[in-house]
Amino acid sequence: MNTPLRRVGIAMLAMVVLLLANATYIQVVNADDYRLDSRNQRVLLDEYARERGQLVSQFGGTILAHSTPTDDRLRFLRKYPSGKMYAPITGYYSWRYGSGGVERLNNEVLTGSDARLFVRRLSDMVTGRDPRGGHVQLTVNPAAQKAAYDAMTDKGFRGAVVALKPNTGEILAMVSTPSFDPNRLASHDGKKQEKAWAEWNCDQREENCDHGNPMRNRAIKETYPPGSTFKLVVAAAALENGMKADSQVLRDSRVTLPGTDTTLANFAFATCPGGTLADAIAHSCNTAFAKLAGDLGASKLRSTAANFGISEDDLEIPLGVERSNLGELGSKPELYQSGIGQRDVRLTPLQDAMLSATIANRGMAMKPQLVKELLAPDLSTLEEYDPEELTGDRAMTEQNADVLRDMMIASENNTSGGGKRPDLTIASKTGTAEHGTNPKQTPPHAWYTAFAPADNPQVAIAVIVESGGDRGLAATGGTVAAEIGRRTIDAALGGN
Amino acid sequence: MSRPVEGSASQPGSGPTSKPATRRGTELLMLAFAAVIMTSALVLVDANQEQELTLAIVWYGLAYLGIFLAAHLAVRRWAPYADPLILPCVALLNGLGLVMIYRIDLALAERAVQAGREFSAVAPRQVLWTVFALVLFLAVLIVISDHRTLTRYSYTCGLAGLIMLALPAALPRSLSEVNGAKVWIKLGGFSIQPGEFAKILLMIFFAAFLVSKRDLFMAAGKRVLGVELPRSRDLGPIIIAASVCLGIFVLQKDLGPALLFFGVVLVLLYVATERLIWVIVGLSMFGAGCFVAYHLFAHVRQRVANWIDPLATYDDPGGGYQISQGLFGLGTGGVAGTGLGSGRPETVPEANTDFITAGIGEELGFIGLAAVLMVYLILAMRGMRGALAVRDTFGKLLGGGLAFAIVMQVFVVVGGVTKLIPMTGITSPFLSYGGSSLLANYILVALLLRISDAARRPQPMSRPRMQAVQAPIAEAHTVMVELPGSTSGEKQDQ
Repeated sequence: MNTPLRRVGIAMLAMVVLLLANATYIQVVNADDYRLDSRNQRVLLDEYARERGQLVSQFGGTILAHSTPTDDRLRFLRKYPSGKMYAPITGYYSWRYGSGGVERLNNEVLTGSDARLFVRRLSDMVTGRDPRGGHVQLTVNPAAQKAAYDAMTDKGFRGAVVALKPNTGEILAMVSTPSFDPNRLASHDGKKQEKAWAEWNCDQREENCDHGNPMRNRAIKETYPPGSTFKLVVAAAALENGMKADSQVLRDSRVTLPGTDTTLANFAFATCPGGTLADAIAHSCNTAFAKLAGDLGASKLRSTAANFGISEDDLEIPLGVERSNLGELGSKPELYQSGIGQRDVRLTPLQDAMLSATIANRGMAMKPQLVKELLAPDLSTLEEYDPEELTGDRAMTEQNADVLRDMMIASENNTSGGGKRPDLTIASKTGTAEHGTNPKQTPPHAWYTAFAPADNPQVAIAVIVESGGDRGLAATGGTVAAEIGRRTIDAALGGN
Repeated sequence: MSRPVEGSASQPGSGPTSKPATRRGTELLMLAFAAVIMTSALVLVDANQEQELTLAIVWYGLAYLGIFLAAHLAVRRWAPYADPLILPCVALLNGLGLVMIYRIDLALAERAVQAGREFSAVAPRQVLWTVFALVLFLAVLIVISDHRTLTRYSYTCGLAGLIMLALPAALPRSLSEVNGAKVWIKLGGFSIQPGEFAKILLMIFFAAFLVSKRDLFMAAGKRVLGVELPRSRDLGPIIIAASVCLGIFVLQKDLGPALLFFGVVLVLLYVATERLIWVIVGLSMFGAGCFVAYHLFAHVRQRVANWIDPLATYDDPGGGYQISQGLFGLGTGGVAGTGLGSGRPETVPEANTDFITAGIGEELGFIGLAAVLMVYLILAMRGMRGALAVRDTFGKLLGGGLAFAIVMQVFVVVGGVTKLIPMTGITSPFLSYGGSSLLANYILVALLLRISDAARRPQPMSRPRMQAVQAPIAEAHTVMVELPGSTSGEKQDQ
């Protein structure tokens, strides 16, 4: 009976050898695949054991996010001193829900695992210092951000504000309201995180759920019909294709879309005063721009629009930006409607700000950029971002840009709304965009895009207030959005 | 042949010098070694987790020392010739298990505090279970002074085993269900899984049964393609075993215990008959059963899908989440591990029971996991040595079966955790938290010690046998002198 027993012994040996071989495969050969899997929370937990770097603004280095030591298992707590105001930029950092925004995109520098920090990590190991993460300096101007955020939230508006530095593309402010408090997601209390997440992500068709998508960054992730602000693109295309400021355009109070019975009318069914291209911008005449777009045709419109950044795929600032679109532009009626920023034209608020910024930069669109500099834990520079041209091709010549600027100054003079400063010349364009399935009965989106000072542009902005703000059906870009834009410009210039 | 006769007659001629060494000293030394490892492990956990040493260490350390000192003294007294490595291996595994359970307790307690939940540590309960296990261990060593007495109760064991298996299914849910598994008996504050004990009882029955009916199974049936098939009527026991397994499987909805039991029965059959055909027949039956189960039961298909690619079924209900988390832990541990107390083994559900080896792989790395597997192998091999050396067939069969059962359990659970085979619910012997498994495995080890003790005990029974053989010769010799005419052969027949 000993022979079979010995064989069983050999079988036992073989079973253990099999287990060892398999464990080698899992723990040695394939170990990295498992260790680096995004669902492996251990890596995240290790991140929490290190002091994560700070997010700071330029202009005085206001701290937007920092880490403080705690007594619990996750050794550092992420804090956002002005959480809601900067949430669209900073994003969040949650052990349960991952991360978002700059927290996510610059994670490697912030945790200190970036390859450029390797030597410092080694020296930390040798000297016994706790490893720390690097810092990220953002292009944000805290004064502009605060002014924009306060202006939007004072009246409980939903929408977005973007402010750019025209000659560099630096994002000086990016506000999206309603916003969320990332501190609630950074909490080490899982229950609190869960509650916050559910509050902001519940299905709004259900009862007790009304949050207005606070975690959606409207400035770059939402596209809206731009309404009359799009006339800047049409005007630029017209100027590029030979028209002058004093060229005559259609004055009629209404125009029939070619081949249909549908008519398109000016605001308040008025006849366009003046009758020149400059007058059409100054008074935002719909019929003139509908016909202009129809006469220019799809391809000319598209090529000018493209150099403003519209239809740019995969734009990253480094946050991913939703693509702005012109739509099909397949027929004359479509072109007519698209000419006044309706139909299927959809822009992000960032793109709308880029319209003004491009004109302000004399026709050259700059790539928007949110990160100014990456810093090592000791504040030495790891990487600095230089201004970049967006497409490399001008959307219009410098002369045409100046012509368009002057038209925008005239437009500003015709625009109502508060916040005007007699000593400051602003160039602007308003928009009042219809949307929804029943456009005439739905409060329109109110737009305002502008740059200032007109002769030496330092800031370009776009404001959108969704669905009429506090004015309902009577809302216009001038009455609702303009004041917010002017307050932002004022703060940006003052804080510079 | 090997009838035991307890020898009160110690021949003056042999003396203490010819007695084999008991090697209890070796055992004590190895136990001390295990205690040192266990204490260092505890210190490491506390150092890494709390940054200071707590009183808990002293408490657990003392309990551990007390338990294994008692076990050692019991072995000294009641099984002095037992294998000296079996108990230290058990002590090391049990100690490491305790450390891991304590370590996971700390992590879970912290999580509970964060989530504002109540948490009760299980490590003290595991210590309590170990004490109970020690009592059972002592009882087995004391009551069963000779393993062969078990053959007398083989049918009783078989019946008791079957009843224990079936009992939870027959009891009302309130007394038998925990977390949806109807395999428990709840007594007051404690719950036990009678199935764990049933396995050992049934093994005793099968070993005794096979020894008594061994000739039947040796008989050859028809030859087909040069292979001798067993006679169809001899298939009875294996069919019964298969049915029992099927019963376990259907009742518990789990393949693990059934797989374990079936594997052990196959090995017993093979060892008893020395015919490989039984293993082939058994494996084909097992294969067919798996095939049928795969097509009949959705949860079996899910298990297989989780085995093939746990990362793909990660988010499915009942999917690969648990196995994936275990693999993440093993991968994060890598070769050297994160260090005791520095990993996150509690991330894996069931970290202190079924997946405790994943935690060991994470914190002690491949090196630690391999070491644990080797300790299991040493434990089983020493058991197997006892089985090889013991002189009675029942002892050989039972010892071989028990030793194999240890490796089989380890293979099923570690194989499941490391994605070698589909995951089935089973605990790691001595490591995992769980009273029933611990008690049953201590009984198993007590039996192995008993068998190895019988194997190495100086032969009190061989002397009576020599007397029995020599007596007629001596007598014949005397007779030859007295009656020269008679043949020695006739005399010897007297």
